Amino acid sequence: MTLQMDLTVSAGDFCLRVGESIPLAGCTAVFGPSGAGKSTLLRSLAGFQPATGRIRFDDTVWLDSSRGVDMPSHTRRLGYVFQHGQLFPHLDVEGNLRFAQRRSPSTGPMQWDRVVAELDLGAMLVRTVQSLSGGERQRVALARALLSSPRLLLLDEPLSALDNQRKVEILPFLERVKHEFQVPMLYVSHSLDEVARLADRVLVLAEGEVKALGETVSVLERLDVQSVTGRFEAGAIITAAVTGHDHARMLTSLRLGDALITMPLLPHLIAGQVVHLRIRSRDVAIALQRPEGISIRNMVPARILDIVADPTSPFAEVLLQTGSEHLRARITRAAAEDLGLTPGLDVHALIKSVAFDH
Amino acid sequence: MGDLLTAISLTAKLAGVTTLLLLLIVTPLAWWLARSKRWFKPFVEAVTALPLVLPPTVLGFYLLLLFSPEALLGSAWVELTGSTLTFSFTGLVFASMLYSLPFMVQPLQTAFEAVDDELMHAAASLGASPLDAFFSIACPLALRGFLSAGILTFAHTVGEFGVVLMVGGSLPGETRVISIVLYEYVETLRFDEAHDLALLLVVFSFVVLSTVYLLNRRLRFRIT
Repeated sequence: MTLQMDLTVSAGDFCLRVGESIPLAGCTAVFGPSGAGKSTLLRSLAGFQPATGRIRFDDTVWLDSSRGVDMPSHTRRLGYVFQHGQLFPHLDVEGNLRFAQRRSPSTGPMQWDRVVAELDLGAMLVRTVQSLSGGERQRVALARALLSSPRLLLLDEPLSALDNQRKVEILPFLERVKHEFQVPMLYVSHSLDEVARLADRVLVLAEGEVKALGETVSVLERLDVQSVTGRFEAGAIITAAVTGHDHARMLTSLRLGDALITMPLLPHLIAGQVVHLRIRSRDVAIALQRPEGISIRNMVPARILDIVADPTSPFAEVLLQTGSEHLRARITRAAAEDLGLTPGLDVHALIKSVAFDH
Repeated sequence: MGDLLTAISLTAKLAGVTTLLLLLIVTPLAWWLARSKRWFKPFVEAVTALPLVLPPTVLGFYLLLLFSPEALLGSAWVELTGSTLTFSFTGLVFASMLYSLPFMVQPLQTAFEAVDDELMHAAASLGASPLDAFFSIACPLALRGFLSAGILTFAHTVGEFGVVLMVGGSLPGETRVISIVLYEYVETLRFDEAHDLALLLVVFSFVVLSTVYLLNRRLRFRIT
């Protein structure tokens, strides 16, 4: 089963073009910076926004503008979870869920009980929509979408309106939905955490075009994709000037801020040339004093600007400044704590390897 | 006194029938006006608002021409029902519907415009057809608009005078509504009775408008 898309959406001077085929299994993240067209893609798949071209869901043609086919949204059998839930304000929680169940061709009492249990809504059914917190609202929205027994679940940044605490609460529910209900999901997000956690594959969009489509891990490691995803990239792009070559030891040296670094010989570079280098955060370590007797040769003095700990993993991302350049280091939260790292502290960044940014 | 009671019940009947018929006709029209992006929509809006600014005598004049047994509509009606539209209750209902049209359209249109498109999309994604979503989502959310529109239309029809005078005349039990009765009281210098009736209309109108404003305050769904 696949979802075949060959469509164009124009809105003002923005234009989205997608010609891809996505397997209808597990979770596909639609990832990219804001303004990339992620929501536009989802909305045209749902039929909320007019598009031209073709959409074929398994063996059902949803859209074929050359033949004048455009199935209305309510016949496409999809579940849509909006950024702000869009619960019906004149119905209570149960009313919202029943609305979906009554119109579903195949949601019986068993399915009802299962959805209510999985999303832990039992105690919430009699509450008004207005009394729900943002996180609870999204759980109800998710349950409501599931109760319409959809063949495809479209989630349009369902966590983006929530604070971090709430996000952490909702993510397990999303994971549970993915594993328990086996409904193929298209998940729009600009959060790398969510993508890495939920998605089996990623469709990267930027400026209305598909930049990549593939398995989550391989897509997120691709250099060209990382330049698209910009600030989400687990690494940093720095600018350095070539100072010279050591042909005997096969090294090229460059000036990074006030420090000299070396990298494997790149004979085609000439002295004085300014190049972009990419340094992954996992290749950068931090030392309080300049270490002696160590094989790592690239050590630059740096100042800590910020530390972002990810409570769902053992790691923390440290943002460093050296000269006018930024570096990122990925260290364990334990190391950050034990070393007493805080913003403003002067440290040494140890760079294990440097790659060219093409 | 019997005359007056007949006039009051006739007025209530006219206003009631007019309100119900307008509700049926205007609901789809107001929904279209609230949702459409067609270029000619402003012209439709202007036409529906015309009765607000035209002197009732202008409306009455054209209706009289239209209703006359020599005119197309008038003669067809006579052929169909055997009675004329001029100087009849049925004719008054047609006239009142036109006269009170804006009072039904505008509150409804405003209420429908306030219904979030995304809620309609949500309903569609849950398998609700546009008609289903209209009745199950848009109408309940526009309840306040329906109440305001109904009350205002009813009250406005009660206050109708010029159009009635032109197309209805003053046939007791058929076209002699309270505003006509009041006019005749004054013409015949029966000021005491005129006072009573005028005061009654003032009180009625005050109660009606207070109800509308109270509704506007209390029946507001919080949508966040």
